[in-house]
Amino acid sequence: MAKMKGAIVVDTERCKGCSLCIVACPQKVIALANKVNLHGYPYVEAVNEEACVGCASCGIVCPDGCITVYRKKVEE
Amino acid sequence: MDRNQIVQPENIVCKKPTLMNDNNMHYCPGCSHGVVHKLVAEVIEEMGMADKAVGVSPVGCAVFAYNYIDIDWQEAAHGRAPALATGIKRCWPDRLVFTYQGDGDLACIGTCETIHALNRGENIVIIFVNNAIYGMTGGQMAPTTLIGQKTSTCPYGRDPEIHGYPLKMADIAAQLEGTCYVTRQSVESVGSILKAKKALRKAFEASMAGKGSSLVEFVSTCNSGWKLTPAKANEWMKENMFPFYPKGDLKDTTGEK
Amino acid sequence: MEKEVVLMKGNEAIAHAAIRCGCDGYFGYPITPQSEVIETLAELKPWETTGMQVVQAESELASIYMVYGAAGAGKRAMTSSSSPGIALMQEGITYMAGAEVPGVFVNVQRGGPGLGTIQPSQGDYFQATRGGGNGDYKVIVLAPSSVQEMADFVDLAFELAFKYRNPAMILSDGVIGQMMEKVVLPPFKPRRTDEEVIKECPWASTGKPKNRERVVITSLELKPEAMEKRNIALQEKYAKIQENEVRFEQQQMDDAEYAIVAFGSAARIAEKAVEIAREQGVKVGLFRPITLFPFPEKQIAELSKKVKGILVAEINAGQMVQDVRLAVNGAVPVEQFGRLGGIVPDPEEIVEALKKVM
Repeated sequence: MAKMKGAIVVDTERCKGCSLCIVACPQKVIALANKVNLHGYPYVEAVNEEACVGCASCGIVCPDGCITVYRKKVEE
Repeated sequence: MDRNQIVQPENIVCKKPTLMNDNNMHYCPGCSHGVVHKLVAEVIEEMGMADKAVGVSPVGCAVFAYNYIDIDWQEAAHGRAPALATGIKRCWPDRLVFTYQGDGDLACIGTCETIHALNRGENIVIIFVNNAIYGMTGGQMAPTTLIGQKTSTCPYGRDPEIHGYPLKMADIAAQLEGTCYVTRQSVESVGSILKAKKALRKAFEASMAGKGSSLVEFVSTCNSGWKLTPAKANEWMKENMFPFYPKGDLKDTTGEK
Repeated sequence: MEKEVVLMKGNEAIAHAAIRCGCDGYFGYPITPQSEVIETLAELKPWETTGMQVVQAESELASIYMVYGAAGAGKRAMTSSSSPGIALMQEGITYMAGAEVPGVFVNVQRGGPGLGTIQPSQGDYFQATRGGGNGDYKVIVLAPSSVQEMADFVDLAFELAFKYRNPAMILSDGVIGQMMEKVVLPPFKPRRTDEEVIKECPWASTGKPKNRERVVITSLELKPEAMEKRNIALQEKYAKIQENEVRFEQQQMDDAEYAIVAFGSAARIAEKAVEIAREQGVKVGLFRPITLFPFPEKQIAELSKKVKGILVAEINAGQMVQDVRLAVNGAVPVEQFGRLGGIVPDPEEIVEALKKVM
């Protein structure tokens, strides 16, 4: 049976930690990291990437276009 | 499944639009402007019009839109963008010409230019980012501020007795003969963003087909001015802005002409 | 081949000349005493012949910004108005100066201040040369004193505007705008093609091809160091214009003991005054600045070494006289004569005023 597996790459220097991606994600993949970038913004990271299905909700709602979303069909 | 097998260029389903450059945008975290910029960049790219697009930026938070989307731009004086766009489009009819304005720019100082450019049916698209506040100057009342909404110049809430009533520009635009497409959209959820992108594309296509003027309003948030978190601002917008500025197409004659 | 000579108003000549010099767009608004400009254009329908756009805008504010947009995209764009309308346009003009946009505009002056009167005056000299908008900037100013010059200066204004990427204006007045004179209209010059515009104006917002950076036409620069650099560059540009583009005319100055300095319609009246004064035995000549910016300061300084006194005749309370005094720098007495409120003086009044410097 095939299912979708996803992964995200966050441009941490572009991220402002607005957290709209966290709200949008249906799989609870993303959280605010306990770090800040060079601009002083806390950025987000995938803390539960196993659950990511590559729906791209995060990338679509991100106001700064920080998130590149990957998706691959995987045969189980 | 190794992560490296997923993170491959052929597996990209979402990325920063090509026409958006690497400049970090100055907007506040969570600002709707960022999403609208992405849509503008994507639609121009998908239409293959990157080398023929000319944008006109406003005075307001989006004054620096020209730093982020990789097309030619002109910076207008406050409210005058539709006049600039008229001059450009009249002399360069095969270019994709649009304005990008906030609610102060479009509905206050620029009301005259907005109405007349729309009514002349100039083949331009006016993009209207309406967050019911003057963001750039620190959160003052705007012509679209809601009754009871608090801003720095109506700290006790907008009171019609003192401040008059909010303006519904899209409704006015829909009455004008010269407009062919007037719509209200939003960009707070995946669903609304996808709908908004379709609407923007429709407007751009109509302007290139010479069908007249379009107004695409994006009901938006200003989490800084409203003093809410980005997520709470979206909630506030859904509860308060959407009932007063209902979404959908107010006018669409693009199929007729 | 015989040149075609026609009889028409100054305002009409502007309209005809605009079409003939390959203007791409006129964006204007009616106001007395210059509404004939847009009316003539509307009648001639150049959008059907040369493709020149003619738009009646909703206000002078909108007009100047339509010019800004089209000129910022490399096209020959112009507007016209009269004093109160030009006052409205000041913001657009300073924006054009700051963004280096070559828009052209015509002021057919009337009496002021405020809504004023509809009769002629020269009360906008300060507005034109000092800049009625904000910041350190200059507009190239041409002052016609005949219908022929109204016709000739349209192309000249565009040439100078594009040469220096600077707004340029034709400072006329109700006399020149409304009077009818013989004029030889300039020959037709085709509008530039889109390719020619892109080639001539690589700085313009014409649509970004892949092989260049995006163009941004803007007067905004938030970093003070960068803004200072921009301003210094503008000042250097104005210095170049001052050095290269001064235009003036002299009459009977060779043996003159006194000089009348006048521009525009005042110069025509002064011409007659010179004639009358000469008949009375006074050796007076006329110096007529044609460019008000750049002002012929060197030439007037030279002139002040040869004469005993200078009368500045202008239809205002004393504006160009300041620039004359600066150039003369105390060498000889400088007096001013003017009428106000839309009254046009007679030559005899100027002759009488000449006595002030004698």
